[in-house]
Amino acid sequence: MSANTAMAEKYRNSFLKEIEEQVEMGDWVKMCMQCGVCSGSCPTNFQSAWEHPPQELFMMIRAGKREEVLTTSSMWNCTSCYNCIVRCPRKLPITHIMHGIAEYAHRLGLAPKMQPTRFFSGLFWKNATQTGRVNELKLSMGLYFRNGFSAGVKEGMKMKDVALGLMKAKRLNPFEILGGHKCRDQKGIQAMLKKAYEIERSRKAAKMAG
Amino acid sequence: MAKHEYAFYPGCSSQKGASASNYLTSVESMCKTLDVKLTEIPDWNCCGASIGYAEAGELPRHVMNARNFALSEQHMPGKEIVATCAACWLGARETRERLTHSDTLMADTKEALKEAGLTINEMPEIRHMVEVLIEDIGFDEMKKHVKKPLEGVKIAGYVGCQTNRPFGVAGESFENPMYLDMMVDMVGATPIPEYDMKVTCCGGALAFSEPEKAQAQIKDIIESAYDHGAEMIVTPCPLCQANVEIYQGQINKTYGTKFNIPVMYYSQLMVVAYGGSAKDAALNGQLIRARRLEEIAAK
Repeated sequence: MSANTAMAEKYRNSFLKEIEEQVEMGDWVKMCMQCGVCSGSCPTNFQSAWEHPPQELFMMIRAGKREEVLTTSSMWNCTSCYNCIVRCPRKLPITHIMHGIAEYAHRLGLAPKMQPTRFFSGLFWKNATQTGRVNELKLSMGLYFRNGFSAGVKEGMKMKDVALGLMKAKRLNPFEILGGHKCRDQKGIQAMLKKAYEIERSRKAAKMAG
Repeated sequence: MAKHEYAFYPGCSSQKGASASNYLTSVESMCKTLDVKLTEIPDWNCCGASIGYAEAGELPRHVMNARNFALSEQHMPGKEIVATCAACWLGARETRERLTHSDTLMADTKEALKEAGLTINEMPEIRHMVEVLIEDIGFDEMKKHVKKPLEGVKIAGYVGCQTNRPFGVAGESFENPMYLDMMVDMVGATPIPEYDMKVTCCGGALAFSEPEKAQAQIKDIIESAYDHGAEMIVTPCPLCQANVEIYQGQINKTYGTKFNIPVMYYSQLMVVAYGGSAKDAALNGQLIRARRLEEIAAK
């Protein structure tokens, strides 16, 4: 049974409960009073419109629209500007809830596969935790070459002027490709993160069983 | 002994050859003038930034920040941690807040840290460099060191998001923070308090993953600066600086605009005003050169 089927089975009567127990800050969802200030304050919703802006997602969760919520690309539009958080009259940590729902959809394998910010988010975390510090060159190349070599070259050409400008200003180092900046205690970082994932998984499993 | 001493968390983008290396150069020079000693936390790691959320989960993200707290405590017990990057500061402060409010999260974090041979006994204070300037040093003291006021230079103070929300600088409003305008005024330049895009988001990490969305926002930020007569933009955030500066060519192509406006760090303005050289202020680190500042620095 896939992780998704197991969760759907367990929480079949209440998607709200599933979000409360499995999503970071998910227990705040029920506090939403549907005023819509979050949606009106969101820069990417203003520019290009989310399929379902935050307050809509909150109501959909309460209405049990599990598949629609977990497969939408909406939350991945979050720029982490925190405007929704500071304006919410009920003090919901909306930015964190959006990240939390996105992370959960990603964990269950339901998030849209080709969503570029989903891809970049995973890439960033792997890049940062691999050596303990971000390697900006590898991060950009990993993004541009995500759809194969020829697509990568095309993307890279679009970015040529930006990259050359940065190199000239000594703000992009081509030699980062050979390794670049890193932490000394990488072994300790890996061990510590492995433990953190273990603990987090067991806490979520315990909630599910309880 | 220096007048002010802190544990320093420079962050990934400030490293040599990285996208905000010019920020660090100017901060170092600024701190020398103000007698501020920053001691780098040995072997510090990435804060995870906001964008790592798909894989980071909750505990691993906090553990990354907690490792920096533990290293800081081990090497510089009792010292406050100062970050220059908005995202590092926000990430670390968020972890501090969450761990302080949840015994479970704290216990879990300590258990994970043990794997790296580290622990936390005391939660450090997490400060942004602008907090240090405003609260510990103060505008009067900052102003005392101005040797070459940036007279007649009109500068739009672009505060952006993450030094402003959700924590912000004490005493400031989220919608219209004034500290950056006050800093522009302090160095003798002309601030634009009515600049209406001062807290608009630059698109953050979406500038990489979905550039068309971020660039639509960046266009508004720059357009408004021009509309208000600004000849340069100043910001306290490394990602704001990069996003607003480096994509101007691409935005010009998309929108038919003719943007070519320098985007500076507050620390660069201060170094030039304090009589530092163009090199001290890392003016050579701009993609769009700030000619007016170069002229003043060369005088």
